[in-house]
Amino acid sequence: MATVETIGIRKHFGDVVALDGVDLESKEGEFLVLLGPSGCGKTTLLRIIAGLEQPSAGDVMIGRLVVNHLPPRARHIAMVFQSYALYPHKSVFGNIAFPLKAQGMPKAERAKKVEWAATMFGIERLLGRKPRELSGGERQRVALARAMVREPNVFLLDEPLSNLDAKLRTSARNELLQFQRSVGTTTIYVTHDQVEAMGMGDRIAVMHQGKLRQLGTPQEIYDEPNDTFVAGFLGSPSMNLVEREDVIVGFRPETFLPRALSTAPRNASVRFQVRLLRVESLGSDRLLYGVLRGPSGEQQVIAKLSSTVPLPVHPGETEEFVIATRDLRFFDRDTGLRTQARSFSL
Amino acid sequence: MAARGSRWNRFSVLRALREVAHYGVVALFAFFAAFPFLWMLITTFKQTRDLLNRGNNPFLYNEPATIENLRVLFFETQFAQWMWNTAFVGLLVVVITLALALPAGYSLARLTGRWGESLGIGIFLTYLVPPTLLFIPLSRVVANLGLQDSLWSLVLVYPSITVPFSTWLLMGFFKAIPRDLEEAAMIDGLSRFGAFVKIIVPISIAGILTVVIFTFTLVMQEFVYALTFITSSADFTISVGVPTFLVRGDVYFWGSLMAACFIASVPIAILYNLFVDRFIAGFTVGAVK
Repeated sequence: MATVETIGIRKHFGDVVALDGVDLESKEGEFLVLLGPSGCGKTTLLRIIAGLEQPSAGDVMIGRLVVNHLPPRARHIAMVFQSYALYPHKSVFGNIAFPLKAQGMPKAERAKKVEWAATMFGIERLLGRKPRELSGGERQRVALARAMVREPNVFLLDEPLSNLDAKLRTSARNELLQFQRSVGTTTIYVTHDQVEAMGMGDRIAVMHQGKLRQLGTPQEIYDEPNDTFVAGFLGSPSMNLVEREDVIVGFRPETFLPRALSTAPRNASVRFQVRLLRVESLGSDRLLYGVLRGPSGEQQVIAKLSSTVPLPVHPGETEEFVIATRDLRFFDRDTGLRTQARSFSL
Repeated sequence: MAARGSRWNRFSVLRALREVAHYGVVALFAFFAAFPFLWMLITTFKQTRDLLNRGNNPFLYNEPATIENLRVLFFETQFAQWMWNTAFVGLLVVVITLALALPAGYSLARLTGRWGESLGIGIFLTYLVPPTLLFIPLSRVVANLGLQDSLWSLVLVYPSITVPFSTWLLMGFFKAIPRDLEEAAMIDGLSRFGAFVKIIVPISIAGILTVVIFTFTLVMQEFVYALTFITSSADFTISVGVPTFLVRGDVYFWGSLMAACFIASVPIAILYNLFVDRFIAGFTVGAVK
């Protein structure tokens, strides 16, 4: 077991800055998710931790030791690639045994360990097959078994579920999480899927343009975003961001309710006149698309209502929508950073 | 019903015709490919008189078959020695080619960044310089090294043709292998070199086989260098020894010539056929992926 720490990591490829000073510290045994859009530097950061890339500046520490100069094989880590990277010429057994063989473990002991890892992921009956004879889900399990068989200090996972279909992904997510809890190995998990991040992470590190934007529990990140990027990246649909004077006011679609449904007292809420354009039914929820008129023209907003409550408003009409004051978040208009709550004119 | 029946018949007739055409074309090509071997085999056992009589059917034994041509080949020329020489040079050139082209192809594919592509093309271009131009300067090099009239001159010179082509071929092969595989191996406990030997080389076996066959075939058929660098008959390779000793002035020892060609080409033909799938994969990888 070990923690992973990056101190002032910078990385540029020619003129392109991939990472711009990332400070990150994992906790012991934690499931830490690196979340961000493609090109935000999350995979580069993972590869630097693994030792597959050298940072242009900064230090990587694993278990309180600086490992910058160590090659990947000496870092006692395991990594699961997006493509799984199974060795195509080796059987499943050969794949899982590979890291043990590289360590020089005796044959009998190796076989025992492989069996143990295979049992853990329910793939004992696949041991004789070649990777090309496996389904996507089976390949993913083999890749995980290969990663955990030598009991590394840290697991690095690079979008390991993105090649699975949606249904399989949900069950694989559960299994992966259960497995991580049972072995308690510090895990760093890269994804661009916020649902995965919210559901799996003990903490989430949101990255954007090579910078760490926010690090916190899923609830913290969702409820108290540090800036407009984090506010806009998480949640589906994302937070409404409305410009008023020199401030951006943010509120989640599920806190933005037609007056008839709101329980917020008048003195602790804000009201907007919204012209409703369209209602979209998603089964369990309904999305209400509207525009609200402000000093700088019209702005799109979205409200989210459970399908279980009757719809008190109709498309084409202008209705009053209410947000409780405690659900409002304020961001500086120039920097996008979170600022103090304040009053503003509607 | 009758109309329906006739339509069915028409379709089955069409299908049968298509089958016939299909197999007809395949048979034609098979015959085209096999015919030289057949003719070599027939001629090997023919008496010279039978061969030279224009009235005789060339595909039939008009006079009794004979092994005289084989006797001449094996006992009146140094054919066995030439075979051995060719195998000796071929084997060494294969080893040298692989030893140079494998690491070179890998480096060009992985470690040189965007220069790799142009460097690879540059190396391939050297393969296009014809031996008929190069043999004059190279004969000076061989003479300066004191290797004239020695098989080692061929061992030294042939890689100049095989290494560039093989490097280029293997480079394409390595490029088609996802980087993830080596990186996974490096995390799993190997150095880059270890990952190359244990992961990349086994996966590239089709490309390596292609290089082996290409190199060996080249050594068997190469004529210009073998003719210019070697003068004593005991050091000849097949491609020089056979025409030198079995064509005397305007007298062609057809039976023995054909026997020599047959014996030399059959092993290569078998080798090709055994690995034909991998061989094709070797030439098309990178093109289709």
